[in-house]
Amino acid sequence: MLKTIYLDNSATTPVAPEVLEAMLPYFRTDYGNASSLHALGQTARRAIERAREEIAATLGASPGEIVFTSGATEADNLAIKGLAWTEKQKRHVITSRVEHPAVLRTCEWLESQGYDVTFLDVDAAGRVDPEELAAALRDDTFLVTIMAGNNEIGTLQPIERIGALCRERGVTFHTDAVQAYGKVPIPVHAVDLLSASAHKLHGPKGVGFLYVRDGTKLLPLVHGGGHEGGRRSGTENTPGIVGFAKAAALAFGELASTPKRMRGFRDRLIDAITQIPSTRLNGHRTESLPHIANFSFQAIEGESLVMRLDEHGIATSTGSACSSPDLEPSHVLLAIGVPLSMAHGSLRVSTGRQTTSEEIDALLEVLPTVVEELRAISPFKVGDARCTPTE
Amino acid sequence: MYTDRVIDHFRHPHNMGRLAEYSAIGKVGNIVCGDVMWLYIKVEKDAQGRETIADISWETFGCTAAIATSSMVSALAKGKTLDEAIAITNRDVAQELGGLPPVKMHCSALAADALNEAIYAYLSAAGREIPPALVRRHERIQKEMAAIEKRYEAFLKKDEAQAAEGPKEDACA
Ligand SMILES: Cc1ncc(COP(=O)(O)O)c(C=O)c1O
Ligand code: FES
Repeated sequence: MLKTIYLDNSATTPVAPEVLEAMLPYFRTDYGNASSLHALGQTARRAIERAREEIAATLGASPGEIVFTSGATEADNLAIKGLAWTEKQKRHVITSRVEHPAVLRTCEWLESQGYDVTFLDVDAAGRVDPEELAAALRDDTFLVTIMAGNNEIGTLQPIERIGALCRERGVTFHTDAVQAYGKVPIPVHAVDLLSASAHKLHGPKGVGFLYVRDGTKLLPLVHGGGHEGGRRSGTENTPGIVGFAKAAALAFGELASTPKRMRGFRDRLIDAITQIPSTRLNGHRTESLPHIANFSFQAIEGESLVMRLDEHGIATSTGSACSSPDLEPSHVLLAIGVPLSMAHGSLRVSTGRQTTSEEIDALLEVLPTVVEELRAISPFKVGDARCTPTE
Repeated sequence: MYTDRVIDHFRHPHNMGRLAEYSAIGKVGNIVCGDVMWLYIKVEKDAQGRETIADISWETFGCTAAIATSSMVSALAKGKTLDEAIAITNRDVAQELGGLPPVKMHCSALAADALNEAIYAYLSAAGREIPPALVRRHERIQKEMAAIEKRYEAFLKKDEAQAAEGPKEDACA
């Protein structure tokens, strides 16, 4: 079995060895419940509060503004529903068509409960237009939720500008920063609520946080023992929280180097892959997260492309219809206007801190051959925009 | 999620490509929903004078399951008489592959449909009588394809409009 070349880091990342080391004591010896009075419990409490301070520091926030959750899906739900439930009069929410399902499905659920939701369109690169957002703001808008960086195509949103518009109108601004946190600087001063997840930056799965700006009121989703200041009950996941803080410390310690290396890989991928005939980059060439690149190949289908690459020991992903449980192509690719014939042949390559230059070389070496092989057995011939089969 | 047999056929597909000489093509699926299969058959009489599928090949745009079922249906039909080939169902194809995930069963239907359509095209081009069962399946297949075209009409129009405008520089590229 050859060693896997893992280029699916926007799905999840391997836990960094330093992170695992930091977590182990809280399984083995310091296993106390942080709510317990005895020494073991207090050791866990101190570890959690230290982690909270470290994470707050990465955002320039105060520790009391960090609520640990079971991940970003929960953090997104807490931000959106938790805020909606405090609202007595206002009924309107603004979001975009390219959000993660954790935000989209939650907003749709609010709609089903009688709220009004505006789903903003995006441009060909996937960006929300701040002018359009400003025009959509209403007197009864209480929340704007726009992601910092897209998980499928990597496009960055004008968060600072959007935050300023919201501030002017007294509207709370939430951003899902799952892919951006630890990769690009985030203008936290413009944001009221921010979600992040540990497993996207070499931390463990099942732990995330919601940053809640002081003075922003939320009702809890989870009731119980009153943990996390009553905003999220449940015995704290001590090893997970400690691991998250360690992963964040690593990422922010490397903020000047790792993302730069990733961007170099991304540029190389784009330069080389767009040389393959009838191929396009989905997303923005430069206004992008450093670690995500998304392409479409005409005349081939993404699931079989991913499976062929997997045979070569390379793990990637696709937004093709055939790969999704409901057999619908990616909502993000459709929102940026990728023609259907191209949306089927998408490939997402995402790097991590462990990715090496040799691994990028290996992908670039096999990809053209794999694309050619799949095109050879396709009834479609490349070049035609509608990609009609030729006899 | 896939059986070893599916993966095996996906990795080493049988009879892929386009026959240099063929008697008929069966075309099924639609680019808009992402599965398209073209099946080529060459019909010849065997020693007993029965019409048989002397050669067969396919071209497929689709997922792992679509490629594996294309390969399997071609292997099952090769050398069979037309009557035997008509009797091949999507369940036969899926069974021979050791099963398919439920969400992928339609890919095996596509493969069986392509075979049906190729035989239908062959018989109708030759002006021959077509068994009623084959006609019924042909009508169902055509109806389903039309329904999909309709469902994705809006997207198709957009694709066509873009095609008419010609390739445009991406705002982002
Ligand atoms: C942008 C974005 N939001 C939310 C999530 C959900 O995060 P989690 O897996 O921690 O629930 C993900 C990852 O799947 C993501 O990429
Ligand atoms: S070809 Fe689309 S799911 Fe199989």
